[in-house]
Amino acid sequence: MSIDVLAFSLLNGTLYGMLLFLLASGLTLIFSMMGVLNFAHASFFMLGAYLGFEFSQGLGFFPALILAPLCVGLIGAGVERFGLRRVHRFGHLGELLFTFGLAFVIEEAVQMIWGRSPQAYPVPAALDFTAFEIFGTGYPAFRLFMLAVSAAIFAGLALLLNRTRVGLIVRASLTHPEMVSMLGHNVPLVFMSVFGAGSALAALGGVIAGPILVTQPSMAAGLGPILFVIVVVGGLGSLGGAFAASLIVGFIQTFAVAIDFSVADAFGLIGVTAPPAALGALLRDVWNVSVSQVGPVIPYLLLVAMLIFRPMGLAGKRA
Amino acid sequence: MKPELDIRAETLLSVRGLNAWYGKSHILHGVELEVRQGEIVSLLGRNGAGRSTLLKAIMGAVTTTGEVAIGGRAVAGRKPHEIAHAGIGYVPESRDVFPALTVKENLRLGLKPKGEGRWSLEDIYELFPVLRTRADTAAGSLSGGEQQMLTICRTLIGDPDLIMVDEPTEGLAPKMVAAVGELLERIAARGVSILLVEQKLVIAMDISHRVYVMGHGEIVFEGTPAALQAAPEIRAEWLEV
Repeated sequence: MSIDVLAFSLLNGTLYGMLLFLLASGLTLIFSMMGVLNFAHASFFMLGAYLGFEFSQGLGFFPALILAPLCVGLIGAGVERFGLRRVHRFGHLGELLFTFGLAFVIEEAVQMIWGRSPQAYPVPAALDFTAFEIFGTGYPAFRLFMLAVSAAIFAGLALLLNRTRVGLIVRASLTHPEMVSMLGHNVPLVFMSVFGAGSALAALGGVIAGPILVTQPSMAAGLGPILFVIVVVGGLGSLGGAFAASLIVGFIQTFAVAIDFSVADAFGLIGVTAPPAALGALLRDVWNVSVSQVGPVIPYLLLVAMLIFRPMGLAGKRA
Repeated sequence: MKPELDIRAETLLSVRGLNAWYGKSHILHGVELEVRQGEIVSLLGRNGAGRSTLLKAIMGAVTTTGEVAIGGRAVAGRKPHEIAHAGIGYVPESRDVFPALTVKENLRLGLKPKGEGRWSLEDIYELFPVLRTRADTAAGSLSGGEQQMLTICRTLIGDPDLIMVDEPTEGLAPKMVAAVGELLERIAARGVSILLVEQKLVIAMDISHRVYVMGHGEIVFEGTPAALQAAPEIRAEWLEV
């Protein structure tokens, strides 16, 4: 791998990892709170992209950056207040099915309003330039902006959770909700706010990723499984673990695309240039598969390996 | 020594005809109970008599029917955080410290938005200095006795008028048991009422103004510790193992 590919892969990997963290942070907080994964989380990301696109058309990108997450945050809070809270009494399976169904409802609603085809969600003109050049290749300013927004949210979230009274109440509520309410804190309100804030963060991810990834109804289904990989690999309910796992997955996916290295190359290093004749036709195909071709599968392999060797994840406390 | 009680003190907590259920199990049957301002009242009884459930029912954490009033204001059916705001503090038997948070963070969580009341953080540290020396360590690393002190102090700092403490000496070393008893007396000396669920008769009899004995989810005796001392048949039927 050449040095310029390495540099760009590092930048893009960090960017993709931070973007994933925008979504995974909310998902893991909501998981700690409810005890089940929110299947609709990636749908809020998609809704953010669509609303971001819509607001951008009328008001411009920067108002959309605020308005779309705000709207989705309110929708998320409403979903918790009038949906999940009522379903809660039927147990985890009920909650799981509710979020599963909600994901379909959001996807169908988006298709009914905006149709099935991708939207032309352009990079805002103010950020449509080359930020810098390394090794003769330009790096888009918008990507740098995405990185800055994600990093600012990460820092803000860390400060909020670790340095403020609100953060203290949230952290305690995640593990001991009953005790927190008996100290006089309104835990249902905390839960609604966390769900709303988590949804808003996912939507913010959607607004900034919309112009780069394609804004289309399938974008939720494409991202959802990767988010689950991150939350499980990071450790269920751990924000620090989710951050590490987001970066790991971000790097894996970015570097895998750039690495054109196959089994044949590996054996080539030790002087074996042709596949052994004893190998069947199927294994002879594997001989020539490069890392970039299996790139999309690697996070799932990581998930399986993690579940086998360290089921509590990188930083989780329970399997 | 228990603080002198003003016999004209007003009723702070009043429970009338309280029934409570866990799912379909009927646990409390028409409980009647009263705690006056500045009073230390103990709830005695064998395990399973319904004492802990009574505290949880007052706190709004289980399904109930009947009346609960705090300072004359009806609170039955209210949510736990609203009852906490009405002036009731609750220290559960399970000593629910927030293990990953520091001692100081645990205490800060007890503070109400209005800020410090009759107990400042400084008061709490004076009351129990080890909490100051371990202020920045994770609460989960404290000993059982220290965790018990922390949960009591965390509730106190929210400035309750009445603190309900469930089995505070359970599983503690004898030295810590004495320290808990002393702490409860110091709390009462500041005018905070105490409703204590306690298995150790000696402590309950020593510090309480009045005692209730519970059996099968009902109050079977109410009176002073001296009156209970003079009623061996009650002790034999409802307290002795």
